[in-house]
Amino acid sequence: MTDLSNSADPTATAELAETPPGRLSWSRLSEHPSLLIGGGIVVLMILIAIFAPLLAPHDPYAQDITNRAVPPVWFEAGSWEHVLGTDQLGRDYLSRLIYGARVSLLIGFAAVSIASVIGTTLGLLGGYFGGRVDMVVTFLTTIRLSLPIILVALAVVAVFGGSITIVVIVLGVLKWDRFAVVVRATSSQVARMEYVQSAKAAGASNLYIITREVLPNLTPQLIVIATIEIASAILMEAALSFLGLGVQPPTPSWGLMISEAKSYMFFSFWLISIPGIALATLVFAINLAGDGLRDLVSPDGRG
Amino acid sequence: MPIYLAKRFGLAVLVAFCVSILAFGLLRLQGNAAGALAGEGASAEDLAIIVETYGLDRPLIVQYASWLGDVLRGDFGTSYFFKSPVSDLIFDKIGNTVILAIMSLTIALAISIPLGVLAAVFSGSWIDRLCSLVSLLGQALPSFFLALCLVMLFAIKWRMLPASGAESWRHFILPAVTLGYYITPPFMRLVRAGMIDALSNDYVRTARAKGLPAHRVILKHALRNALVPVVGLVTVQLGLLIGGSVVIESIFALDGLGYLAYQAIGYRDFPVLQAVVLLLSVVYVVLTLLSDIVNAWLDPRLRVS
Repeated sequence: MTDLSNSADPTATAELAETPPGRLSWSRLSEHPSLLIGGGIVVLMILIAIFAPLLAPHDPYAQDITNRAVPPVWFEAGSWEHVLGTDQLGRDYLSRLIYGARVSLLIGFAAVSIASVIGTTLGLLGGYFGGRVDMVVTFLTTIRLSLPIILVALAVVAVFGGSITIVVIVLGVLKWDRFAVVVRATSSQVARMEYVQSAKAAGASNLYIITREVLPNLTPQLIVIATIEIASAILMEAALSFLGLGVQPPTPSWGLMISEAKSYMFFSFWLISIPGIALATLVFAINLAGDGLRDLVSPDGRG
Repeated sequence: MPIYLAKRFGLAVLVAFCVSILAFGLLRLQGNAAGALAGEGASAEDLAIIVETYGLDRPLIVQYASWLGDVLRGDFGTSYFFKSPVSDLIFDKIGNTVILAIMSLTIALAISIPLGVLAAVFSGSWIDRLCSLVSLLGQALPSFFLALCLVMLFAIKWRMLPASGAESWRHFILPAVTLGYYITPPFMRLVRAGMIDALSNDYVRTARAKGLPAHRVILKHALRNALVPVVGLVTVQLGLLIGGSVVIESIFALDGLGYLAYQAIGYRDFPVLQAVVLLLSVVYVVLTLLSDIVNAWLDPRLRVS
């Protein structure tokens, strides 16, 4: 990343040279509170998801018909036995919420991994080679953009049946457009750089130039797009599951939890607000971290 | 200009053609269309009847060609579930979707333009930070969760507005507010960025130096230029809104295209689903084509290249 910085101020360059890289990135990080707060929440959620079996007080699938729709502890009828209460089938809500973090994060990360590979490959091909190849890439992107994404995802899930795997594949195959657009634009700029031209003149193969010279220079942008896309994939999974065409019961997905509680909305609104707030917090934190990362990697955002 | 237009138009037709293949092929991916249609536990005779009725035993390419031929003549087939012509169904529902899209866009612009201008004029201040916080929150709040919260407050608790249906203009308020809030952040960011850019221009400095009052400089000189890219985003968002309203229309049982598509998915009603996917894609293609033409007309540099 340091090769991108071209500070005009000589004293600043001298300071940069004196500070060890590790301390430098920490001091930069502390200048971006949004990254610190957002990233902190995301890391916390990831830890919760990983250690869900240790953290969940109850089995998220265990039904208890005698203890249905018990309110959370801060209501009069609540108890410490079920801190966030129980759902309409008597399952412990906190445990389901904790396991739900797994579903959201898993689908978000997995779907965006697929999408980033597809989008980056297409974008690199179009941006680096230009000409006919670029025309094909632009055409594919135009087609993808004109498809109504939610509707197509719903239809495919309806045909194949809902499961975590299907949702990951569908979102991964549909959400590559932003990667392709940004990578294409940036790599066509990088491809014209002198160091790429000299690598070509030195007889380096296209594959070598793309993987060793072009791709590393795209990494900062890729990370920023990936965070935005993970947030959006998590929201889409929740929407699909909410409509009954995503993750299937009894798997605890936050969108599905909201959907299942819909008919109990009037008397037990917390059944909807708790997973809703969890979703909003996770997506907010990811976007906040993404904003901070964008400031951090853009050259004028560096102190 | 004519060459650019011809090229751009040809591209739009080609995209629409490819989208039609996808819209048709999407539902045949599984291979067993009759089985998907009949549902689980259908007898062999049932399946045979379905295959016979809908001509599902013909080669896929023949089915596609006959479907496309009909579509080009304005015939989208007959709905498996509603038993009426798909074009009639779409014609009945599209009005509601368009009203919803226009209302949501109006709400989004009414929020985002003033806030975007304020954020740009007081860039870096607490107003700016508050606006970016609101926009981040807007992106984070799942639209269906916001919809349920609004229903809980305005329909159930205070009994001010209806929770579902499309009988009167009051039925459109909650869905339009939900959708409008959801699409506000991108507009706000664009207005803010455009205003900051415009305010740093020479003509704004000249206007200020002439002694024009601040509000005239901001509203008359800077805002007009900041709004040019917003027009492009409006066309794109209008396309997305017409497709993206599936979730919201289903929650509010608002009888539009999105709700129709959602019902069609539930009933495995392929002709309806194919028609809606194709129609929404074509609407998007046409809107982007129009916005490109308008841009070319506004910006001479684009016409030449």
